[in-house]
Amino acid sequence: MKGRRAVVALAGNPNSGKTTLFNALTGSRAKVGNYPGVTVDRKVARLELAGGGEVDLVDIPGTYSLAARSVDEQIALEAMLGMGGLERPELIVFCVDACQPVRGLYLLLQAQELGLRVAVALTMIDEAGRFAPSARALSAALGCPVVELDGRRRRGIAELRAMIGQKLAEATAAADAPGPEAVWRWQPSGELAGHIDRVRAALPAGWPQTQAMALWALMSVGDGDELRGVPDPLRRAVAAVPSGGRAAGCWIDDEAVQARYRWLDREVARLCQGVPDRTLTERLDRILLHRVAGFAVFLAIMFIVFQSLFTWADPAISLVEAAFAWLGDRTRDVMPPGIMADFLVGGVIAGFGSVVVFLPQILLLFFFIGLMEDSGYMARVAYLMDRIMKSMNLHGRAFVPMLSGFACAVPAILATRTMERQRDRLLTMMVVPLMTCSARLPVYTLVIAALFPAGHVLGLFPVQGLMMIGMYLFSAVTALVAAWVLSRRVKPLRGKRLPFVIELPPYRIPRMRDVVRMMWERSSYFLREAGTVILACTIALWALLSFPRATTTDFDARIAAAPSAERVSAIEQERDAARLRDSYGGRLGHAIEPAIAPLGFDWKIGVGIIGAFAAREVFISTMGVVYSAGGDVDENSETLRQRIRSEVREDGRPVYTPLVGLSLMIFFALACQCMSTLAVVKRETRGYRWPLFLFGYMTVLAWAASFAVYQGGRLLGFS
Amino acid sequence: MTFKVRQGRRSRHAHGQDAEEDGTLEKLERGVRAVVDSLGGERVFRRRLMEMGLTPGTEVALVNVAPLGDPLEIELRSGRLSIRRHEAAMVRVRR
Repeated sequence: MKGRRAVVALAGNPNSGKTTLFNALTGSRAKVGNYPGVTVDRKVARLELAGGGEVDLVDIPGTYSLAARSVDEQIALEAMLGMGGLERPELIVFCVDACQPVRGLYLLLQAQELGLRVAVALTMIDEAGRFAPSARALSAALGCPVVELDGRRRRGIAELRAMIGQKLAEATAAADAPGPEAVWRWQPSGELAGHIDRVRAALPAGWPQTQAMALWALMSVGDGDELRGVPDPLRRAVAAVPSGGRAAGCWIDDEAVQARYRWLDREVARLCQGVPDRTLTERLDRILLHRVAGFAVFLAIMFIVFQSLFTWADPAISLVEAAFAWLGDRTRDVMPPGIMADFLVGGVIAGFGSVVVFLPQILLLFFFIGLMEDSGYMARVAYLMDRIMKSMNLHGRAFVPMLSGFACAVPAILATRTMERQRDRLLTMMVVPLMTCSARLPVYTLVIAALFPAGHVLGLFPVQGLMMIGMYLFSAVTALVAAWVLSRRVKPLRGKRLPFVIELPPYRIPRMRDVVRMMWERSSYFLREAGTVILACTIALWALLSFPRATTTDFDARIAAAPSAERVSAIEQERDAARLRDSYGGRLGHAIEPAIAPLGFDWKIGVGIIGAFAAREVFISTMGVVYSAGGDVDENSETLRQRIRSEVREDGRPVYTPLVGLSLMIFFALACQCMSTLAVVKRETRGYRWPLFLFGYMTVLAWAASFAVYQGGRLLGFS
Repeated sequence: MTFKVRQGRRSRHAHGQDAEEDGTLEKLERGVRAVVDSLGGERVFRRRLMEMGLTPGTEVALVNVAPLGDPLEIELRSGRLSIRRHEAAMVRVRR
């Protein structure tokens, strides 16, 4: 304890106002990280006490119970008990929704059984109005302090602060005492007590050797659980419990859960004078969950989210790009030309640029997610979409990340955290990169404009527009089918028929303060965690395409002798093309040519594909360099289109035919050529396994599909 | 196993006069209050539902059905939960 700040934890059900309280208590600074080994947010912030002292306030993930089946659920227990290397909190404050205190207090009873020092923050007092239980009566019933919090009028924060300080002082004063005692509100039956004692003897060292831990093991450990750190002797002890003729252990659940609720129904329910008014929420739901109006509103909201990522983020993105381009130019101005300037501009500055460029979309997406979460609409999204998403074995909440994938996979993957279960998050992450992101558009635009006629189908629908819509539909269908296949074939992604039980909270007006704070936390997390990987990859890719540095003396001589500025730039472009050809990247393009030739691609396209790892749209500028059209071309460059159309193979046949174009677009649609996506998946899954799997399966899929298109097309007589 | 078979037969009869005395949460008419009798299904699912307050003896009502027919919105202990149809079919209720 000495020299170290004490830890106070904040726990509670989802939707209990925990985040709002956390923000109100701690002001503006919170450090967001992960619990060790899992991607569950661990938020810590400093909390100033009334007496001038300071403690660390830890946000424990929202949960309805401490009994756990997966690692994600286990975290709450570990954080409360200070297991697995986490610091043990001196005090746990439970947020309990005053509108439905019984369910919130179920969690508190479990903590009291474990012998933890607890207190209650009774939230939503304003919403519950006269139906809220009185704090004094509740405190007497529970045997712990209860503080009322009125979020809207910001009342109760000072009292809560004072109470925390007081409880901590008590804890320090009684430092020699054995700590708070376990409080059980029920007496386990003789049979259960026998099992508890037996299992308790098998609890591993390092765990609290309490009856409550033994009961936790009896209720949590079982076939197919995903808990970690449960040693075999404990598993065997739990498995030895006779099932009593029903599914294993059900009778234990019945006894424990019902006994706790019986006590709550007897002691707490009577303190609530009635049910708070829900008419406003019901009226809203009558519209928002209506079979016609509900979907219309849903589509409108989703359209706004999509449109904002796709269009509104654009000026900010251009601004970021322009700022970094300007910085690059200025750097070139002040530095002597050569390898250092190239490294700074092409590697470092471009690298920072490619990280910061994601911020506008991340901020916007989390702005909308924050609004939807806080208002209670996100639960309705899951409710409305569950039927459709479930048929692909996806979670209802996966809809928002999937839709965001149409703009960019990076913010979409960050958004998978709105799902509680690891398996749901993983499956969504594995299919989101298949959605047609905005970085693929320039590639499609170039290929379609260069290779497909500008005519109309049936004299009405423009061919090029139809191709574009076709690519969107193709990607959406592939992503859904991929989710279905992956969830059946890949073991960790398999849907274990876990129950879908979610709460539909009343609608609430979102607090801007909480929304802005979430945007800030998510973006700073992205910059810190994924940004470094993306930066390193950009520099590595730059080196790949810049080394070895071929001698350019003959080009220099020709530039010096060139008659006009036009000629100079033509020779420079020729020089850049030669450099690229001789770089490691260029050689790699040659090396993979046999592998991509069956798809109709030559080594130059190979170099473009390698360059596109930085971001898919880089394909355009890489092709610009390869075809000596300059590196600053865009997808609407007529020069580049011309060069592409006139490119011929050794035997004089054109390289690019509509069939090759189609094969190339299919390849881009399916291949995971985006190091930023892979970097984010690596950070979010804490390892190389899933990004490698993602890259592997998408590359194989892309190759196979392009092969089928190109070779199939040739068999059908297209060239 | 026997449990499931019995339940299947019951739900088929649920449209008859039997419905008066008991049935499943899934077959409950909208807005009608009932009391939870027992829960079937897998252990994890039962425990989760009970821990969220759906214990035997609790009053429950089916409030709404999602536009696509699944999941269902139920009311209990002054809160609203959404559960899927096939899960609601495992919750036996009586009037």
